Amino acid sequence: MTDQAYNFAYLDEATKRMIRRALLKGIAVPGYQVPFASREMPMPYGWGTGGVQVTAACLTPEDTLKVIDQGADDTTNAVSIRKFFERTGGVKTTTHTAEASLIQTRHRIPEEPLRADQILVYQVPIPEPLRFLEPRESETRKMHSLEEYGLMHVKLYEDIARHGEISTAYAYPVKVEGRYVMDPSPIPKFDNPKLGGSPAIQLFGAGREQRIYALPPFTQVVSLDFEDHPFMASKADHDCDLCGCSTSYLDEVITDDRGGRMFVCSDTDFCEARRAQGHRGRLSPEEAV
Amino acid sequence: MKDLGNTALLQVAGLSKYYGTRIGCEAVSFDLWPGEVLGIVGESGSGKSTLLSCLAGHLTPDQGRVLYNGRDTVTMSEAERRVLGRTDWAFVHQNARDGLRMGVSAGGNVGERLMAVGARNYGAIRGSAIDWLGRVEIDADRIDDRPRQFSGGMQQRLQIARNLVTGPRLVFMDEPTGGLDVSVQARLLDLLRGLVRDMGLSVILVTHDLAVARLLADRLMVMQAGRVIEQGLTDQVLDDPQAPYTQLLVSSVLQV
Repeated sequence: MTDQAYNFAYLDEATKRMIRRALLKGIAVPGYQVPFASREMPMPYGWGTGGVQVTAACLTPEDTLKVIDQGADDTTNAVSIRKFFERTGGVKTTTHTAEASLIQTRHRIPEEPLRADQILVYQVPIPEPLRFLEPRESETRKMHSLEEYGLMHVKLYEDIARHGEISTAYAYPVKVEGRYVMDPSPIPKFDNPKLGGSPAIQLFGAGREQRIYALPPFTQVVSLDFEDHPFMASKADHDCDLCGCSTSYLDEVITDDRGGRMFVCSDTDFCEARRAQGHRGRLSPEEAV
Repeated sequence: MKDLGNTALLQVAGLSKYYGTRIGCEAVSFDLWPGEVLGIVGESGSGKSTLLSCLAGHLTPDQGRVLYNGRDTVTMSEAERRVLGRTDWAFVHQNARDGLRMGVSAGGNVGERLMAVGARNYGAIRGSAIDWLGRVEIDADRIDDRPRQFSGGMQQRLQIARNLVTGPRLVFMDEPTGGLDVSVQARLLDLLRGLVRDMGLSVILVTHDLAVARLLADRLMVMQAGRVIEQGLTDQVLDDPQAPYTQLLVSSVLQV
């Protein structure tokens, strides 16, 4: 079903090679932002142009692709990227984490632990963790090269001073292998502990900002914190209303205009799998008898 | 190990900086001793600020040597120079906005240098921020306010606290009282004088205000057109100026 007008997975081979070189460099220097010549993609910036290029460079015809957006397989972004690679690469796609060999994600890490034969590709809007504190790119590069990361803690200090706790809830900065401070893309800090020691390769692509970085398998990743205000992976204090899971990351859904709300797993595949196994939550429909 | 009491903290020899064919500063040499305050005076464009920037490592001089504690700061790596810049050195800008992070609270501003050298205990950082705000006469309940809510004099005092929190040995000051009204200036000078004495700081103070120089500086260097034309003890230079330009400078001060 491949659209013959395009090379396999849309990008030409020279571009893929350029991206792979950047990826290899990223893998070799974990957490370091490698510049790459990002291409125009047939989708707007902010829709995952970086992630799509990384996916295209890694994809083989034998791969099975899964795309998630905020944990869900059925949102516009996820559906359109999946279709894009079905059409230009003819690859198999899936919504099941366990069946996928390559997963492109926006804002989540799947609940199900990843394996060594899987690649996780993140879409990154702003790769520079220091950007909002230091607007000059020349200066932030220098700070990375000289390991001057005191400023990152100033941000966390401001959080505590203003809110009594570290209120940064997503894109929570991490230190990779004791060297580079990295923005893990806007995943909730609940997912931060899954970044470190993962058997899967994790690749990060920022299309507009033209940066690629990576975490090789079993990399040490530490979330920044203070001795007296340690990092805490937080989630809504509820169980999933559909599958009853108490340990997964939850989305809050407003159900009416009278304050009605429900909490559901943000990872739709994980939630469906649990429901198929017979788990039930507070708002699960009654079994038809 | 050198005996620091008998060695100059900063040794400057033949320092020159050119902007194209124009002279920034030329052939400046002096020694600064521990605990000494050196004033550099002169009119606008005389090369005071260029000299200060070269000494603090913000500009690279074209000729000459700057030895800090025996280490050459011109040839050392940028990494080492930046480490010096946030541990042993401090730089007080004329305009507090240049030296402060305006979007970060007063406490964060004071704490930044501590965190830059590895402090990771929130309580301790906040403790020293409160302590330092007290020392520069800012109320502790302003700790979470941002500098833009502060008056000009408070911003300048905050900048000083932020610079001194890591206990530097050498402070560069570029017109620290510029743009403040006279009564605020007087309080700031009082504060600076106390801090310099208590902490045994060495200071290089650039100013065009001879009154500031008289109050703070032990020794004075007068600059004109990029060159040092006269130097000596402050009282000596101001009360018995030798160079014609210095005589003009001293006599231009309004007597109230």
